[in-house]
Amino acid sequence: MNALALLLVMELGDRFALMGVVLGVLLTAVAYTVYAERRIAAFIQNRTGPDRVGFDLIPQLKFLKGAIGLGQPLADVIKLLMKEDVVPENANKFVHALAPLISLFAALTTIAVVPYAKGVAIADVNIGILYILAITSLGVYGITLSGWASNSKYSLLGGLRSSAQMISYELSMGLAVVSVVVLTNALNMGEIVESQTSNPLNWNVCRNLLGFIIFTTAAFAETNRAPFDLPEAEQELVGGYHTEYSSMKFALFFLAEYANMIVACTVIVTLFLGGYQVPFWTDAPWFVQVGAFITKTLFMMFVFIWVRWTLPRFKYNQLMDLGWKFMLPLGLFNLLIVASTIVIFGNSLPLSILNLVLVALCVAGSFAAKPQSKMA
Amino acid sequence: MPEINLSTAFFIGLGSLTIVASLGTILSRSPVTSALFLVLNFFALGGIYLLLEAQFIAVVQVIVYAGAIMVLFLFVIMLLNLEDEQRLTERYDVKKGFAILFAGLLLVEVLYVVGLKTPAIAPRLGTVAAEIGTAKYIGQQLLTEFLFPFEIISVLLLGAIVGAVVLAKKNFGPERATAKTTL
Amino acid sequence: MLNDLLLTLPITIATVWVLVLILCEAFVHNANLTRWLTAIGFAGIIASIFLIPSPEGYAYGTMLRTGTFTNFSNFIFAVSGLLVVSISDKYLEEEEINFGEYYIILFISTIGMMLMGSAANLSVIFIGLETMSVALYTLAGMLRKDVRSNEAAMKYFLLGSFATGFFLYGIALIYGATGELALPRIAASLQTNGVSTLFWIGLSLLMIGFLFKVSAVPFHQWTPDVYEGSPTTAAAFMSTGSKAAAFSSLIIVLSNISIALPNNAVLQTAFAYIAVATMAVGNITALTQDNLKRMLAYSSIAHAGYMLVGIAAGSNEGYSGVLYYALIYTLMNVGAFGVIAVLERHRTLTNASDYAGLFKQHPLLAGLMAVFMFSLAGLPPFGGFVGKYKVFAAAVEADLTWLAIVGVLASVVSVYYYLRVVIFMFMRDPEPAPQANANATGSFALVAIAVIVFLMGIFPTEVLKLADNAMKVALK
Repeated sequence: MNALALLLVMELGDRFALMGVVLGVLLTAVAYTVYAERRIAAFIQNRTGPDRVGFDLIPQLKFLKGAIGLGQPLADVIKLLMKEDVVPENANKFVHALAPLISLFAALTTIAVVPYAKGVAIADVNIGILYILAITSLGVYGITLSGWASNSKYSLLGGLRSSAQMISYELSMGLAVVSVVVLTNALNMGEIVESQTSNPLNWNVCRNLLGFIIFTTAAFAETNRAPFDLPEAEQELVGGYHTEYSSMKFALFFLAEYANMIVACTVIVTLFLGGYQVPFWTDAPWFVQVGAFITKTLFMMFVFIWVRWTLPRFKYNQLMDLGWKFMLPLGLFNLLIVASTIVIFGNSLPLSILNLVLVALCVAGSFAAKPQSKMA
Repeated sequence: MPEINLSTAFFIGLGSLTIVASLGTILSRSPVTSALFLVLNFFALGGIYLLLEAQFIAVVQVIVYAGAIMVLFLFVIMLLNLEDEQRLTERYDVKKGFAILFAGLLLVEVLYVVGLKTPAIAPRLGTVAAEIGTAKYIGQQLLTEFLFPFEIISVLLLGAIVGAVVLAKKNFGPERATAKTTL
Repeated sequence: MLNDLLLTLPITIATVWVLVLILCEAFVHNANLTRWLTAIGFAGIIASIFLIPSPEGYAYGTMLRTGTFTNFSNFIFAVSGLLVVSISDKYLEEEEINFGEYYIILFISTIGMMLMGSAANLSVIFIGLETMSVALYTLAGMLRKDVRSNEAAMKYFLLGSFATGFFLYGIALIYGATGELALPRIAASLQTNGVSTLFWIGLSLLMIGFLFKVSAVPFHQWTPDVYEGSPTTAAAFMSTGSKAAAFSSLIIVLSNISIALPNNAVLQTAFAYIAVATMAVGNITALTQDNLKRMLAYSSIAHAGYMLVGIAAGSNEGYSGVLYYALIYTLMNVGAFGVIAVLERHRTLTNASDYAGLFKQHPLLAGLMAVFMFSLAGLPPFGGFVGKYKVFAAAVEADLTWLAIVGVLASVVSVYYYLRVVIFMFMRDPEPAPQANANATGSFALVAIAVIVFLMGIFPTEVLKLADNAMKVALK
């Protein structure tokens, strides 16, 4: 089934149906991402992690009892919702309640333009990638406002930190996106994926490795994930911007944070990892494409979690230095390279070759280098 | 035509949202609330641009104004910890008289503009609105017809950056402030 | 493309050179080196105007005008910049703001002025205006630890942005009325489609933007505070270069659209009234000023009024008079501010009474100041007289004799406050003497300016011819 036909077939009702499906999957995925995060963290730290809660109440699912603790997310959610909703005195009640909604809104609406298979997206917008930038730039309000409305210094500091951080990294993110746009000659997400073809050498991660690294790093910062989780640095700010939140509102923030992470992964997959393209299988059936898309997203999510439990948190000045003095010039440099290659050679093959050579050199170098003493 | 009705409905909705948000911006006492209303205003304006088929402008409106500039505004307001503004003294003075006079003039002007029948301008090059609004068309125009302004605006930005650094940098270091003429 | 770069050689040189300046300042950190390089840049611009004058025509599509008018106005801006650079260094050192960035921003501001003076498209005028203004806002606040300077920068910035808002709104309305941004095409559209009310509203908003920049009444209130608070040398630049730029831009806009508005009596009357108000307010308020910088600020308002007389005349004669006036005003005003900068110490010694007996202490400085004051007052045989004669004569020719008479009366009033300074310098006994700190380049520049002002009063013909030619050929 070609894209155009599918587009025509997809009327408004179908789009709403798709939206329902996507939101359902996303929200469930959030719950289990938390679970996965805890299991992977435990694995990295040589612990067990959640392993008790099963689905004992449902007889058919009794066999899941224990061992891997699959019921944990459900229990967590119920626990969160049953808590008392405390709003601090002197807080701006309306904004206090509005902030988590904005966060969640920004997190969930972004996914609307991501294509899950050829021609399958909730909204096939012409300027999809700009839409994503626009919505992400709104997400910062949720955090900033929650910090301000809580009337607490920890919250305020967390909110200020996060707004500074997100603005700083949006620039490098935008530059990486521009380099992708130059490569693919499209602003539409579907076209960006189509232009990457099913040959992994044509995926932007190969053609634009630097851009991929910049975008991913900026995505870490934009989603406030470690090593850029200063807005909620526990040791310094108690809980950062959500210090004064409890119950449902806290749950919304929690939801937004993980939804953000998942959505960031889907965007990275779309822009750099070939989206729904199945390696070496052009025109795969739609369910295979969706499968490929989900697999790649899961992989990126694993990377996110992996990084969080591996790297220590940056200091604030380091964060700013990295963003402004390193990532931004690097992003400009990358854009220059990509654009001049396209202008001079007319295609992106030299970039792929260059990147492959660089990666090979790095790998060879890491093998060749003698292990240094651990004290160094 | 159902389509036209839909877009009219959207326009009425977004338009009234814009007006309400503008009023909220100037009427609310708390600076933060003002700023938030302004964000809402930009958002609604973006929607109106979208209705006019100017998708690129719409998105840029949201990215630049709502997403970047207003965040900085909010940032500064929070850092300064501004109190709610006090009611200005309800005293008639010359300034207020002038303000009312000029506001009245502007209102008359606006009403006049709205009311008057301007001759319709033939669209140039036979382009239609939907085409003009796309990022592609705008990019092409910027790099062909408007290449010179597009490029020379970098000098403006350069000047603004140098100026901002000069005015805001904490220390220029003693050796630079007292540098003596040697040449 | 390459051809366009050559056609607009001054702008090309300036744009490349500003990058050189920034890189040099970033890596060498030597304000004096940057100062010399800036001076070389200005000299290069002037040299390029004389050696390779651009032919009549357009560059970059219809974005920029080239030709004698542009050459003349670019020359004014570059001269203004060069002179300000040459009087700046000692003053900056004294005030401990001897930053290379000062010169860089000055240079960027000049680029903005050149854009304004050679634009043929409203978008370019706007960009030029903003480039110039943003740089000037920074220059105003250059004395970073001084409250008055901060206040000046803030006031200039807020009011200037407001005026820019009007300006931009005007451009938008004109675009809405005619569907064009290029000035020749706007005129063509007006001729075919007629002049709508929307266009008039847009034009008047546009004019407000210009009138703010030239500090015409009633948009003049920022001028005294800004000139007084800013570093004196920066005020010299603001009062000359930016005024000349706004006037040349104004001339471009008016001479273009006047083709489509044959009976522009409305415009003429409006400008005549504004000119009268500006001359009256500027001169009368200047009478009461003790602080010389404030006095010069009000005098600069008054001079904007004289130049507006030429604009009101609306003829090529009037426009070329304004061009000539802008040049001579640039020279004499930079000179006057230069003398103040030499004597000023951290905001003291700027009152007229501080100049008592200056002749006995520093005869050269006193003599120079006297020349500039006489010229500003418009007394023959100095350049200022020829400038005034030129614009007033144009007004008479355009059947605005009453306006010329008002102008002459206003200049008579102005003689009082200019001569007051001279009387203090020559006829009073010295108080504790101000220490002059002019160095070689500064004094040389001041003397050179005085000589040129004198020469332009005695032999004005050549320059006048250039100015006339600029108008005749460029904007028929």
